[in-house]
Amino acid sequence: MSNYLYILWIPLLPLATFVILGIFGRKYLSSIAGLLGTASLLTSTILSFVAAKQYFFVDGKVNGVYQKIVALKYTWLEFAPNMSIDLGIIIDPISVMMLVVVTSVSLMVHVFSLGYMKGEERFATYYAFLSLFTFSMLGLILSSNIFQVYMFWELVGVSSFLLISYYFNKPAAVAASKKAFIVTRFADLGFLIGILILGYYGGTLDIGLLIERFTSVHSTQFLSITSASFLGASMLTWGLTLVFMGGAGKSAMFPLHIWLPDAMEGPTPVSALIHAATMVVAGVYLVARMFPVFTMDESALNIVTYVGAASALFAAIIACTQTDIKRVLAYSTMSQIGYMMFALGISKNGGENGLGYMASMFHLFTHAFFKSLLFLGAGSVIHMVHSNEMKDMGGLRKLMPITHIAFLIACLAIAGIPPFAGFFSKEEILTAAFHENKIIYGIALFTAALTSFYMFRLYFNIFWSKDAPADNHHESHGEGPWVMKLPLLILAACAVGVGFIPFSQFITSDGAPIETHIDVVFSIVPVALSVLAILLAASFYKNQNGKSDKVAAAFGGLYTAAHKKFYIDEVYLFITKKIIFPFIGQPIAWADKNIVDGFMQWLAKITLKVSVLIKGLQSGKVQNYAMYFFGGIVVLSILFIYIWK
Amino acid sequence: MNLTLLILLPLLTAVLILLAKGLQQIRIIGLTGSLAQLGLAGWLLKSFLAERAAGNSAAHLFESNQTWFKALNIQYHIGIDGIALAMILLTSVIVVAGILVSWTMDKLSKEYFFLLVLLSMGAYGFFISLDLFTLFFFLEVAVIPKFLLIGIWGSGDKTKSAMKLALMLMAGSALVMVGLFGVYYNTHTFDIVQITQQGIPVAVQKFFFPFAFLGFGVFAALFPFHTWVPDGHASAPTAASMFLAGISMKLGGYGCLRIAALMPEAAHSYAWIIILLATIAIIYGAFATMMQTDLKYINAYSSISHCGFVILGIGMLNKTSINGAVIQMVSHGLMTALFFAAIGMIYSRTHTRMVAQLGGLLKAMPFISTVFVIAGLCSLGLPGFSGFVAEMTVFMGSWKNPDGAYRFATILSGASIVVTAVYILRATGRAIMGPISTEHELLTDATWNEKLAAVLLITGILIIGLAPFLINHLITPSTDAIMLQMGKILVSK
Amino acid sequence: MQEIPLSQILFVSTALFFIGMYGLFTRRNLITMLMSIELMLNSVNINFVAFNKYLFPDHLDGLFFTLFIITIAAAEAAVAIAIIINLYRSHNSIDVENATEMKN
Repeated sequence: MSNYLYILWIPLLPLATFVILGIFGRKYLSSIAGLLGTASLLTSTILSFVAAKQYFFVDGKVNGVYQKIVALKYTWLEFAPNMSIDLGIIIDPISVMMLVVVTSVSLMVHVFSLGYMKGEERFATYYAFLSLFTFSMLGLILSSNIFQVYMFWELVGVSSFLLISYYFNKPAAVAASKKAFIVTRFADLGFLIGILILGYYGGTLDIGLLIERFTSVHSTQFLSITSASFLGASMLTWGLTLVFMGGAGKSAMFPLHIWLPDAMEGPTPVSALIHAATMVVAGVYLVARMFPVFTMDESALNIVTYVGAASALFAAIIACTQTDIKRVLAYSTMSQIGYMMFALGISKNGGENGLGYMASMFHLFTHAFFKSLLFLGAGSVIHMVHSNEMKDMGGLRKLMPITHIAFLIACLAIAGIPPFAGFFSKEEILTAAFHENKIIYGIALFTAALTSFYMFRLYFNIFWSKDAPADNHHESHGEGPWVMKLPLLILAACAVGVGFIPFSQFITSDGAPIETHIDVVFSIVPVALSVLAILLAASFYKNQNGKSDKVAAAFGGLYTAAHKKFYIDEVYLFITKKIIFPFIGQPIAWADKNIVDGFMQWLAKITLKVSVLIKGLQSGKVQNYAMYFFGGIVVLSILFIYIWK
Repeated sequence: MNLTLLILLPLLTAVLILLAKGLQQIRIIGLTGSLAQLGLAGWLLKSFLAERAAGNSAAHLFESNQTWFKALNIQYHIGIDGIALAMILLTSVIVVAGILVSWTMDKLSKEYFFLLVLLSMGAYGFFISLDLFTLFFFLEVAVIPKFLLIGIWGSGDKTKSAMKLALMLMAGSALVMVGLFGVYYNTHTFDIVQITQQGIPVAVQKFFFPFAFLGFGVFAALFPFHTWVPDGHASAPTAASMFLAGISMKLGGYGCLRIAALMPEAAHSYAWIIILLATIAIIYGAFATMMQTDLKYINAYSSISHCGFVILGIGMLNKTSINGAVIQMVSHGLMTALFFAAIGMIYSRTHTRMVAQLGGLLKAMPFISTVFVIAGLCSLGLPGFSGFVAEMTVFMGSWKNPDGAYRFATILSGASIVVTAVYILRATGRAIMGPISTEHELLTDATWNEKLAAVLLITGILIIGLAPFLINHLITPSTDAIMLQMGKILVSK
Repeated sequence: MQEIPLSQILFVSTALFFIGMYGLFTRRNLITMLMSIELMLNSVNINFVAFNKYLFPDHLDGLFFTLFIITIAAAEAAVAIAIIINLYRSHNSIDVENATEMKN
């Protein structure tokens, strides 16, 4: 079993690249930084595929069930006996699947960036940060200890921060990076407390042991955590909810999503990698990792379900109104992650009932490919027109044929049109929802239609809408070099192909393969809805005919509210700028200067006053001194003679 | 291995500095001396580990004991355990870095370097003392140089800051003295080892513990005795800030730890006050930092918040939390010294420390900016840097305490890491990132000595951050011993 | 001749003492102050002699003390007058209020 040790190299190679590029890159390696990064990642990718092949087809399965293998465990920081942060490598279906996803998407982004970021002053730094991110993400995936997850969780957050603020002299980018970091940090506080709760009652931080202890209803740990309660909820609910809060922060679930749209200030390939395919699904991955424990607690799972469904719907509505193409994609990411979340939430553990779990992972898998494709396509478009706004685009299909086709494939995939990848995973999610919870099913169906609408709104606005731009200066650099086109083509092929993978054979909630099949009758409704939505989008946006404005006007307040992102940002701003700063920060700073320090100053002043007072006695007049002297003698005499006889 | 070398070496360096002529000679002597200290500390570590590996499990190693003043039973009793050794290593690293960043100090350079070295001598003496009187003596030795360093070489309202700092620290040591003498009059010895063995009557502990603990608390910037920190740090020259935050505040934390170990019953019964004050310091310091506009004030206030973790760890009184407190001391020492070094480098170039007047420094001085960002990330507890290890250990330790109020205190302290992120990122976003002003565009990056100092400190931070098992290995036996001793007393009660 | 009662002698010495004290407190002239001190010392001398005679006629301790005090008073006067003369030379005055060099 331990012949998986080579997996260690998968995260270590990007780490080595980061260290080398971070120290020497700026001065010595700026010309070959991109190639170096890409080469090391290529090696990692190949290793991941080797690992996947070995795990899924050679020795992962024992008695028809995929096993959890801990390939490495090293005690890194021991808090107390049995309570330690171990650096470990866990190998199970989802971690191997994520390995493949992260390395391949990251590789595509590395290649794409060779063209996209060419000529940037801090080219080497960019690749260093990309490698750091890849390392942290891979570390997160392979974590076998919940505190290890937290560590890499933070590292992922900081690499996201560094990459968003890559254009550091752009104030908007700096503000966005701060926002992203602080919001996720706030969520991580919940995660940390959740870890403390689970660790305290579970008596360990090892994920495997935690799951083992909390899933057997007779274990002392399970009994103690369910019997302890706070504010009416058991500690298990609290712990899981707080852990989910961390996941919700990273995965941009409502109401912690506000950082994601702003994070689009970073370079577009970065958005494709971090804010579409990998880091933002970390929350889903975390819930999946702890899934057996989640299934022990109905209320925590319900929170996951409803937060997921609300985010899916909420983001889809906003996405229909945005005009910045990257923001549309950001909201669509949030919406799709909402899908994955509620799919987990409605799932049960084991067998056919675990369909939601499998569907969620499947959607995560397919989404990674078509969403990164969408972002890279958007990157190509932005590279071409130097703008993020829809109004600056239009009619680009002739100028960028490859991008156009790739983008169209991705749009069809996300809209769930067969036979593209998104269709299969979305069908599974809808089936699971249909069986478990009809309300969720309704929301999911409506969101699916909305998704098709806004994606094709985007598509038509970029590639149709107007005639090709008249001025020809775009022609000169065309669609970009082959390094930018190649990833688009590969990802497009994936967006078509990965749906045909018999996913349920490999990844299920308990490791045992289940049979799924596409029910044609069931599929008619969602597909028909999507097609209708696409046709609607076509009629609005294929030509500029003003219909869309009329509809927007008809929706009135709702449209404005959605366009302003339902004022969530304003609420946060209000809380921070109008409440925390003036009512907590400033009073404390004031109190420190005036009350606490004032007290010390007052002590000093009192001392001064007393000394001035006493100084008066030292008049320098000999006769006064003589007076005191005699007075003292008189007092003493009286004392000695009459009182202390 | 004679520990007295740790005192003699700085003393020799100080004397040589007085004899030297010219800045060049002085700084070379200073650097050589401090490097020798670093080497000595490293050698000490090596022989300490060798002794431990050879099975010597005595609480204190390299002990030696000489009568200093017989009539009052004052001994020159020295010896180190893992905790003291960690502090000594920290001190030696910061001394080297401090000397390196003051490489171009041309105003009264002889006196300046002399005082720096003297301060380090006081710190070493303090950490190796096993006798309360010697401990107190070296504490005082370390106070006076600070007053002069700030008063003469400082900036801004330096006289007032120096006065404030010296007076508050003196008041702190007066409290310490009352506490220590109170112990002495009831045990008739100053010897820590002896006192630990024979124990102190509970009533005496309860009366004198607050004096000694709060006295050291003043040094460790415990709320509400922290007000010397912001002014003192802001006015001090760079190296003095580094020494002040990196070494001198640690004297307080270390003293608090020793006092708590000496009087366990009192520590237990006053634990809730300690934890209350520490929690206030953590949260209050963090929020106060958020409103600061001067880089040095930002770091000074954040030091209050971070040192709160040290006191919190001590107050929670369990092995993990005390381990965390010790790691936090070392980590905060390195990190804050690095921060002050970076701020000093920025200030010496731009001549301003106001965040609003800076911007985009990453463009003009990539190295210094990177150092600043690293210090900031360490401060906000990023994994891979020492701050994470320290804070998480304190949290884990605090959380072990099942009392609801303590849990609440832990959660509140945990919330401070969010506030920390806010102020660090605000400062970084304004000063390091963003557009650069034209007058700062042509400034130069760090010189070799500044680079060396930063690299040295970062190495320390990374060693703890990446391989925390090393420092754990060093200090855990000592905390075990302390907990065992405390446990024995508490059980027998 | 009828023996003078002790109380009368004590009355004289007390009167002398307080006259001296009054002089010491009110006069600003150093010489006068010195003289006042001499008065007080002498009142003490009278007390010593008187008590010796009336209480312990067969002892001489009181007389010895008196002799000591006279000697010391002489020495003290010499030193004091030396100081006063020096003060006069430098200040042209022997008023105590004028000697304020050490003040503040």
